[in-house]
Amino acid sequence: MSKRESDEVTGVETTGHEWDGIRELDNPLPRWWLWVFYASIAVAAVYWVLMPSWPGLTGYSKGILGQSDREAVVGELQALTAVRGAQAARLRTASLEEIERDPELQAYAQAVGQSVFGDNCATCHGTGGIGAKGYANLRDDVWLWGGELADIHRTIQVGVRSGGADARFSQMPAFGRDQMLTPAQVDDLTEFVVALSHRPADVAAVRRAAPVYVAQCVACHGVKGLGDQKQGAPNLTDQEWLYGSGRQAIHDQIWNGQGGVMPAWKDRFDPETLKALAVYIHANAGGR
Amino acid sequence: MTTQSAQTDAAPLNAVLLYALTGLLAFGALMATAFSDDRLFRFHGWIFIAAFVTALSAMTVGLSSGRFRSPQDQYADGVVRAGVIATMFWAIAGLLAGVVIAAQLSWPTIFYFPEAGWLNFGRLRPLHTSGVIFAFGGNALIATSFYVVQRTCRARLAGGAWPWFVFWGYQLFIVLAATGYLAGITQSREYAEPEWYVDLWLTVVWVAYLLVFLGTIWKRKEPHIYVANWFYLAFIVTIALLHVVNNLAMPVGLLNSHSYSLFAGVQDALIQWWYGHNAVGFFLTAGFLAMMYYFVPKRAERPVYSYRLSIVHFWSLIFIYIWAGPHHLHYTALPQWAQTLGMTFSIMLWMPSWGGMINGLMTLSGAWDKLRTDPVLRMMAVSIAFYGMSTFEGPLMSIREVNALSHYTDWTIGHVHSGALGWVGFISFGALYCLVPWLWKKDRLYSNALAEWHFWIATLGIVLYICAMWVSGIMEGLMWREYTPQGFLANSFVETVSAKHIENVIRTLGGLMYLSGALIMSYNLWRTIRMPSQAPVAQAAGPAPALVAAE
Repeated sequence: MSKRESDEVTGVETTGHEWDGIRELDNPLPRWWLWVFYASIAVAAVYWVLMPSWPGLTGYSKGILGQSDREAVVGELQALTAVRGAQAARLRTASLEEIERDPELQAYAQAVGQSVFGDNCATCHGTGGIGAKGYANLRDDVWLWGGELADIHRTIQVGVRSGGADARFSQMPAFGRDQMLTPAQVDDLTEFVVALSHRPADVAAVRRAAPVYVAQCVACHGVKGLGDQKQGAPNLTDQEWLYGSGRQAIHDQIWNGQGGVMPAWKDRFDPETLKALAVYIHANAGGR
Repeated sequence: MTTQSAQTDAAPLNAVLLYALTGLLAFGALMATAFSDDRLFRFHGWIFIAAFVTALSAMTVGLSSGRFRSPQDQYADGVVRAGVIATMFWAIAGLLAGVVIAAQLSWPTIFYFPEAGWLNFGRLRPLHTSGVIFAFGGNALIATSFYVVQRTCRARLAGGAWPWFVFWGYQLFIVLAATGYLAGITQSREYAEPEWYVDLWLTVVWVAYLLVFLGTIWKRKEPHIYVANWFYLAFIVTIALLHVVNNLAMPVGLLNSHSYSLFAGVQDALIQWWYGHNAVGFFLTAGFLAMMYYFVPKRAERPVYSYRLSIVHFWSLIFIYIWAGPHHLHYTALPQWAQTLGMTFSIMLWMPSWGGMINGLMTLSGAWDKLRTDPVLRMMAVSIAFYGMSTFEGPLMSIREVNALSHYTDWTIGHVHSGALGWVGFISFGALYCLVPWLWKKDRLYSNALAEWHFWIATLGIVLYICAMWVSGIMEGLMWREYTPQGFLANSFVETVSAKHIENVIRTLGGLMYLSGALIMSYNLWRTIRMPSQAPVAQAAGPAPALVAAE
């Protein structure tokens, strides 16, 4: 079995072993391979000398460079404090109005707000804050719960339908699903709402729906459909629609009465972050 | 008369033992299912019962008709044939799951099924990873190891009916794992998601696998153990060790599907990545190197390049690999000295890994011309090239400063896929293309042209996939580390996700091409199996074979 022979192609000797027709050449280790292997071991050894490495009984070798991730992080945090410290301290004590009056502080608050907004609010409201179906657009001048700085600050703190005792809360009834109105009445009401937003609608249906609107909708949306920000009731006469502007979307909303949830962020952020968010959103929205 | 009856004994002892064990297991599963008040546990209980009862019925027929005899002058090829078919099946399943989740990442609003929670990305992702690694890769390893160990030891598989237990037991493990993921049964450990009772089942199967393999080596008729068998053995032994330690857990109850790990905090993280990294090292590297060491010289009809290199790179590989796991935990709560060691061992691992590449590629010297005409050999050569690239990229990414950019990004995903699609996939496909004509006694594949199509479509798919992931990974890493002058993150996470859209689409396309290639292969292999049989082929070559392939 162990018969060393010469390979006809390369002239290299075989080891003489054979398994199922497979033989092995007796080539030496490639020199470059061996040297790179040694070099990588040397690199590792040098690294062990320089950096924290082998553990012992009571600790580990610290490395002659004295590098430590822990200390590096502490240093970076200190550097950050040096950059932000003054503004951060002022943000803590300043009122919302004071922040907005001071351009430098406002710029800082906006930087904080933008960063926090991106990783917390953007998931629903979009990176630019322009919202999506069911999620309010924060860049326009249309507000459900008020667009003043204080209103925005409060909405961020307590959330909407967040379950908290002080949460902002409104409930559009599911007029169709809960059989508060007949399907025909919901159809008529849809035309009525379309007409409210100054679009052509079926006149007869609008006329039929008028008393229904007075009986069911006026309390929140108002006689002229202008809404009421104290109750979180949207204005029905503008071109902004949370759940869509088409007839079907309006019909669905009257039928099902959807309402989204916004968390109460005061449970998660410290007061200065909440202030910064309010300032950021206020500054980037249209209007008030 | 006694001799005569012993020879025609329809029920050898090993098969009777297996039969009795299956009966006991069926009874145990029935009891556990009956008494459990855990809905998910009962769901898996029913799968166990169905499997054991089916096995009992099949064995009843088999025992009474004498199918469990194992003639020692024939190779046990039935179980290898079953393994080849299972490998093809699970390849398609695992790749399909990958394409689906890639599409979910590309078009999250279209491929999102709120009514079918079990189709969520979180459920399908482990289905894809386990499907490819354990179902496809595992079956490829078990099937080829059973084939290779017999040929290179010139001995029939040990254990009589027990190789079949290994095969079917492993399929049961796959079904339990897959259905568990979809049903939400998980212990949330990367690449080790199945719960404690599935882990126990796999342990039993794996020990049986080890014993069958060792038993075959034990009764070999060759003086030396071939290098492929070293690698297979390292793979089987180390996976057993990794699997048991990583899955040490305390069940909530013996009739409950949930358990708690024995480890916590950073120790748990380290154990998980010791396991995770060495699953790559010993499952996806050592096991498939074994495959390479048999099928490449066999197909090229050339001797292995260097015996000495195979010894040195084998021992250095298995010694160094096991320490490299901490590089998955750079810049975390893991002590820095452990990170340093993980990194330096990964750097030292570069050449031991490349030893396999050199031995594989240099085995082709004298046969390079065959790459022009033989897509199967070319596929294996390209797989070795991808192996070389991945095993260079790995040590590179383990360097802490590089890892600071690459970690948690798509770069890692691309790295894994150049290894999985390029190396593991292609070397397995090459082995399947070799095995099917050998096992079903055909003199050739049904179509060389289809194999060419498979090669080119799949290669292009891999290139699209990994290039897209390099681009998106580096972009993502740079976006994450970008700060404003005041030290705030310049980009929000969602911005970095939406920035990857085009790359995700390209990745989906690449995956789809790779899946198409696998479908073409399955068709080709199926048609090969259905071709009329030819005279036995040259696989019995070599001096005076003691055994012949089973009919």
